[in-house]
Amino acid sequence: MPVLELRGISQEFGGLRALDGIDLQVPRHAIFGIIGPNGAGKTTLFNVITGIYPPTEGQLLFQQQPIASWSSHKVARLGVGRTFQNIRLFNRLSVLDNVKVAANWNRSAGFWASILGLPSYSREQKHCQEKAEALIDMLGLYDKRMEYAQSLSYGEQRRLEIARALIAEPSLLLLDEPAAGMNSSEKIELMDLIWKIRDDMQLTILLVEHDMHLVMSICEQIAVLDYGRKIAEGRPEQIKSDPRVIQSYLGVEA
Amino acid sequence: MIWQQLLNGLTLGSTYALIALGYTMVYGIVQLINFAHGEIYMVGAFVGLFLVTVWDANLAVAMLGAMAVCMLLGVLVERIAYRPLRGKSSRLSPLISALGASIFLSTLMALIAGVNTRRYPAVQDVGSYALGPVQLSSMQVIILLVSAALMIGLQFLVAHTRIGKAMRACSQDLDASALMGINVNRVISYTFAIGSALAAAGGVMVGVYYNAVWPYMGTLAGLKAFAAAVLGGIGSIPGAMLGGLTLGILEIMGVAYISSSFKDAIAFGILIIVLIIRPQGILGEKINKKV
Repeated sequence: MPVLELRGISQEFGGLRALDGIDLQVPRHAIFGIIGPNGAGKTTLFNVITGIYPPTEGQLLFQQQPIASWSSHKVARLGVGRTFQNIRLFNRLSVLDNVKVAANWNRSAGFWASILGLPSYSREQKHCQEKAEALIDMLGLYDKRMEYAQSLSYGEQRRLEIARALIAEPSLLLLDEPAAGMNSSEKIELMDLIWKIRDDMQLTILLVEHDMHLVMSICEQIAVLDYGRKIAEGRPEQIKSDPRVIQSYLGVEA
Repeated sequence: MIWQQLLNGLTLGSTYALIALGYTMVYGIVQLINFAHGEIYMVGAFVGLFLVTVWDANLAVAMLGAMAVCMLLGVLVERIAYRPLRGKSSRLSPLISALGASIFLSTLMALIAGVNTRRYPAVQDVGSYALGPVQLSSMQVIILLVSAALMIGLQFLVAHTRIGKAMRACSQDLDASALMGINVNRVISYTFAIGSALAAAGGVMVGVYYNAVWPYMGTLAGLKAFAAAVLGGIGSIPGAMLGGLTLGILEIMGVAYISSSFKDAIAFGILIIVLIIRPQGILGEKINKKV
């Protein structure tokens, strides 16, 4: 049973067809890669999945539930976490608060409970604090938990984005170019991290990435987009030898 | 003399600051100048008056009642006049809608209560205390203490509570907040509710202090508070507080040492000068436009 299923998803922006009839099935616990040249519609695909814009056509099923017209925060609460191609942290919140603010809000611990200092609020607060600290620790940011997000190094900010995406315990994690701007040793760490997250937290990972070595090493399945269309899908070794993919994206050398 | 004026300015400035906070918080999150905010303050003053005259309420009850009513009104204005336009139209449409809401509320109040200026009955003993060279009326004490308490409370809320953190997250990146599971619409509603409650408290206190309430009192007070918010740096909460106090003090000083007929010109003159020297306001952050 796929965690995420796209059936004929299209997205138009004033006549421009950014996505054109995409079908996709992301199996549970997979590490699934999406590759393609710039402007192929990879980030648009992420934006459609996370409810930033409803698709012009097609069906979007998350755990067999149609979510195509859902607003972003509902999709997130249902269990879809994501990171961004250009880091979008809350720069003037501490590392800890960046993570805590993304935790699932329990209704009983809402506004009035927080104003009145009800026990339900402090209990929830404590639980959230512990969970956030554990995550920050796992991503090696514990010593910096009180610092502003903007004071972190680039690599640390990328990891903080992952921590923030994980606090709500998503069953699907979308990583938008997680290795962008990283050097090779950071990339190796990142790969280990992605495996670890998938195994420890029992989730499914869908990632967009340009680094072919990383994609081919960690993804169990890959879909290739070009001009908004899916031109190929398969295991890494199939993708590497697919003539259409080589022509439009990988180049002759790859 | 100067100490007395300073104190009077501080009193006036506290009320500007209470109103300015509503402008700045809403702007910080949705980049909208809520022109109906001055009218919320006016409605607050009227609700307080109603409670005092009809139900014989004391000042504290009148203030709490006005805050509660205006919380609802602020949320309602956002729901009806701003939310339907959000994300669907240009930045200009919500601004026009805000002007419409402002005119609607003041005209509605004129229809209900008439356009005459109404006076608060004596809800507060007008005792006065001598503090060295300064005469401090009991209403001034109340305004200063209540404003300080509300502003400290707001600071605590924004810095330490979950809703406060969500408000800060939304003010930094609205889309990313939604993608992290924050119900952005709810955070915006809370923001309007909190800002409106502060304005209502200001409305009641000003109504009692100056002993005058009328349907169009929100226009100039709103403009002044807006100027205070811009002066302090719009979007910044400490900025609104500082801007309000600065404006109040300078205005009173201007009246005392220059001329009272320049009262309003002084406020806006200062605004213009500050914006020429420091366009982001006193505590505002410099905006680096992304290319």
